[in-house]
Amino acid sequence: MSAAKPRKRASGWSLFIYVALAAYAASAIFPVLLVVYNSIKSKKAIFGQPLSLPGPGTIDFRGYETVWEAANFPRYFLNSGIVTLGSLGLTLLFGVMAAYALTEFRFRMSRWLSLYITIGLMVPIRLGTVAILKLVMALGLMNTPTALILVYTAMNLPVTVLILSVFMNTVSQDLKNAARVDGAGEYRILFGHVIPLIRPAIATVAVFTMIPVWNDLWFPLILANSEATKTVILGAQQFVGQYFKDWNAMLAALTLSIVPTLILYLLFSRQLIAGLTRGAVK
Amino acid sequence: MHSQARRKFWIIASLLAPALAIYTVFMIYPLVGTLQTTFYQTDGKLQVFAGLDNYRKLFFEPLFSHQLLNALGNNFYFFFIHMLVQNPIGIALAAVLSVPTLRFKGLFRSIFFLPTMLSVVVVGFIWQLILSPLWGVSSGLLGALHLGFLFKPWLGLEGTALTTLSLMSVWQNIGIPMMLIYAALLSIPDEILDAARIDGANGWELFWGTKLPLIMPTIALTAILTFIGNFNAFDLVFATQGALGLPNFSTDILGTFMFRTFFGNNLQQGDLNLGATIAMVMFFIILVGVSIYLFVVQRRITSYQL
Repeated sequence: MSAAKPRKRASGWSLFIYVALAAYAASAIFPVLLVVYNSIKSKKAIFGQPLSLPGPGTIDFRGYETVWEAANFPRYFLNSGIVTLGSLGLTLLFGVMAAYALTEFRFRMSRWLSLYITIGLMVPIRLGTVAILKLVMALGLMNTPTALILVYTAMNLPVTVLILSVFMNTVSQDLKNAARVDGAGEYRILFGHVIPLIRPAIATVAVFTMIPVWNDLWFPLILANSEATKTVILGAQQFVGQYFKDWNAMLAALTLSIVPTLILYLLFSRQLIAGLTRGAVK
Repeated sequence: MHSQARRKFWIIASLLAPALAIYTVFMIYPLVGTLQTTFYQTDGKLQVFAGLDNYRKLFFEPLFSHQLLNALGNNFYFFFIHMLVQNPIGIALAAVLSVPTLRFKGLFRSIFFLPTMLSVVVVGFIWQLILSPLWGVSSGLLGALHLGFLFKPWLGLEGTALTTLSLMSVWQNIGIPMMLIYAALLSIPDEILDAARIDGANGWELFWGTKLPLIMPTIALTAILTFIGNFNAFDLVFATQGALGLPNFSTDILGTFMFRTFFGNNLQQGDLNLGATIAMVMFFIILVGVSIYLFVVQRRITSYQL
């Protein structure tokens, strides 16, 4: 870490750091990989040699055949994608606007409005399920992605506003005032000056709000349980519940719900890292 | 001057309106409905006003008060494990990842955050399979390390199930404090760090003396987010141990207690009003935690404009 230290000690320390990091990385990824690679093994190999990688004698795609015949995973992925991206877009846009209004302006209601929004952090939105169900039925939105998008946007707005407010408070006042002197409107200042500066926070918030939406079981189960609107997690959960004795099919269904998330994540994490470093280097 | 004030009003209103509208209709309105439900009892198809009788039942009838105390204790234990294990490791990982000379940074960061991306349902299933004596993966791995005698069906034993579940949850959620703190560490300007280095601070002193005080607001934020998340938790216990918090209620937390009371199970009939009452108790607990954060912790921590 520091160049002033004697070389020997520094390399011993950094060796320890790398070993610790590698060990932690292994513990984070191994359970996932274990499920993924066992999903293409024969039943005998899954139980006989659970740790060995699939080889010529043990490869078996039977689990995937079962899943393909019994469930419509491509459709589930499309549904999850629509719901996740739709609510992410609405949450970020409206969240950024509200956080700016609450941190930038001191007005009579601002403290009360902040408290009002904080309520949403404290109560699991699930507690209001019965009323949400009635509302969605009254609006004729049962079994539509729109219902899920609106519920998830309401669910994620409080945490988005809270985190963005913390970061917006660190943006220098001089910068905003300079833009105002130049005649820029508040929306220009927000989208042109403030948002680029807090991009790391926005990337973090995006991850935060996407994960629970993509992974939620509860609201798809209650509001969008039809075959046409089912999400990946609901589809996988119901499938695993039905095929609990068929380890091949179970591991295949789990893998199907893991692997695309991983691919999305690898694409997305590059964006995230770019956002993080761009914001930090300035 | 007057028209300028009016313009300011419309700017603020237009910034706030979309968020407030969606939030009020899909969150606040249903929650108020829940609160109202706690003051009623179901009589056939009718809702009869019952005052605070649901609260009396929950706190003073042994059938419910025992379950409440048990779930509350388990929930605090669940939270303490997160605070003791998840957040310190999260800070340490973020601190190491933010060292500029570290190699394979992107790879490590992506792998550490990976479990956080997975669904609770999937994580529950994965660990259930791995810890299952039926599959024999964990006993095999421990055996290879000559630690085979340590193996037990951890999720099935009363003494170990809750700790195991808490650690499964830590394993999954550690990416959240790590990422928040990592972003905070990266946003510290180089000038401040350079100044400390010129003053002769080494890496260790730089972290404890300069970086840690600067990221204190973020650490407090992760603590309160952990608290809220833990007292809202439900899915992991429900997916792996069911609504009864098996074995013998040892993993029952407030979320599963509420769900069980609300929808019913083979031991008791569903009671919408009592379920809503438990929901309000959860609300109150989280309210206390958030108030401590907002009015005590946040005011004592200095926030620096970087």
